[in-house]
Amino acid sequence: MPELLLTAAVIVLVSVIAGLPRILRGPAVVDRIMAAQLLGTGGIAALLLAGVATATPSFVDAALVLALLAAFATIAMARAAPRGDDAP
Amino acid sequence: MMADGLIAAAILGVALATIASRGTFTAVALFIAYGLLLSFAWVRLGAIDIALTEAAIGAGLSGALLLGAASRVAGRGAAMDRRPGRAMTVAIALGCAGVTAALAAAILLLPDPAPSLAPQVAANIGATGLGNPVAAVLMSFRGLDTLLESAVLVLAVIAAWSLAPDDAWGGKPGPMQPVLADGPLALLARLLPPLGILVAVHVLWIGKDAPGGKFQAAAILAAMWMLPWMAGRVVPPPISARWLRVAVAAGPALFIAIGLAGWMTQGAFLAYPPGLALPLIMVVEIALTASIAIALALLVIGPPGRRA
Amino acid sequence: MSLLVDAFSLLAILAGLVFFAAGTAGLLRFPDASSRLHALTKADHLGLGLIVLGLLPRAEAVGGAPRLIAVWLLVLVSSAAAGPLLARLARRR
Repeated sequence: MPELLLTAAVIVLVSVIAGLPRILRGPAVVDRIMAAQLLGTGGIAALLLAGVATATPSFVDAALVLALLAAFATIAMARAAPRGDDAP
Repeated sequence: MMADGLIAAAILGVALATIASRGTFTAVALFIAYGLLLSFAWVRLGAIDIALTEAAIGAGLSGALLLGAASRVAGRGAAMDRRPGRAMTVAIALGCAGVTAALAAAILLLPDPAPSLAPQVAANIGATGLGNPVAAVLMSFRGLDTLLESAVLVLAVIAAWSLAPDDAWGGKPGPMQPVLADGPLALLARLLPPLGILVAVHVLWIGKDAPGGKFQAAAILAAMWMLPWMAGRVVPPPISARWLRVAVAAGPALFIAIGLAGWMTQGAFLAYPPGLALPLIMVVEIALTASIAIALALLVIGPPGRRA
Repeated sequence: MSLLVDAFSLLAILAGLVFFAAGTAGLLRFPDASSRLHALTKADHLGLGLIVLGLLPRAEAVGGAPRLIAVWLLVLVSSAAAGPLLARLARRR
């Protein structure tokens, strides 16, 4: 079971990392923000999976911190978004 | 193993994209993703303390700081119309390649096994009463480094404030924020801070036995102060406010005072009396958390007299 | 019994993975920002939620189920508020 959970963590990471080109490609500012936000959520999911697989409670603390700061970063990005599209 | 290669490749790719990107906002969004990926790498390396710090300061607060900078330079085309000449481009490339080669050489030339003080830390951690070896190193064995780090933050706040124009000196820091009565941001500015403060206290308190501690807690607190500020629901105090200045300096000052007391009673700066190490460390940790949180928030908010 | 619980865990986590993969696919393939936002919020809410659900039977390893649920609730709240914020941004351009 732990191996399966770790595999699931890797799959989540693969999935959200595959979405990263959206940050560069855009085209809208909101696309760039979304890809960064998805990376944060995927990281949280991978941390929880790996934490349970390896029985490491501190991974859940890391996920909590990530959840707070990823939300903060998303909001900061949404507020600082320039009018119109940004260059890639 | 596969996860390592994946994270390393993604870090390299995002780093390259950050440099190659011409849009300032795009570059900052990539930098935030870069910070998140770095924190995953630290988790994989088993350094959860650093992963927490990287997520909080690298991705969160630095991201907000850079976003402020990006919106200030946006529209001026600074990156486009001043292209470096060929000689400058070559010099930059050589300089970067030199630093990379030196770092790679330093890592590849390390003796095997790498020199480590970990056994000494493990042998002496009992004297501190702490369970987290990282906290023991930061607060006891290398307490001076931590003291200097926290003092640097006070200096950084002074440096940032000194950029204020003369007529704005003593005023409220940062650009004015539009006041939002309702909407998603106003909701989040009310909802998230109580939860965030709870998490910050938790991270601070478990820091003595598990990954966590003052810097991570302070970064969360700073973010939770800035959320209502962004929604216009909280106005930061003017930088002439005495309590604000005292609060920024209080943590490092207390640390120095306890260090001097150790000098008087134990004969060494920052030496803790036996049996009192844990309570003293926790008092310093809590005081430093408050000071660092305010200093970090003030650094990200910026000096007074700045328009958005 | 434990076999049944394991099967439930795997099923929920598998479903969560599907939502994450679908979220990425939507982010990369959907034609406009609003549809992409729709795909993203599903990954946020349901992908993470299903994975947390699947991990609950083994939550003792990381200090109990409330800790896992707290992470999910935090993401739920912040993503639910970030969604409209991003949607306004998508409409503004």
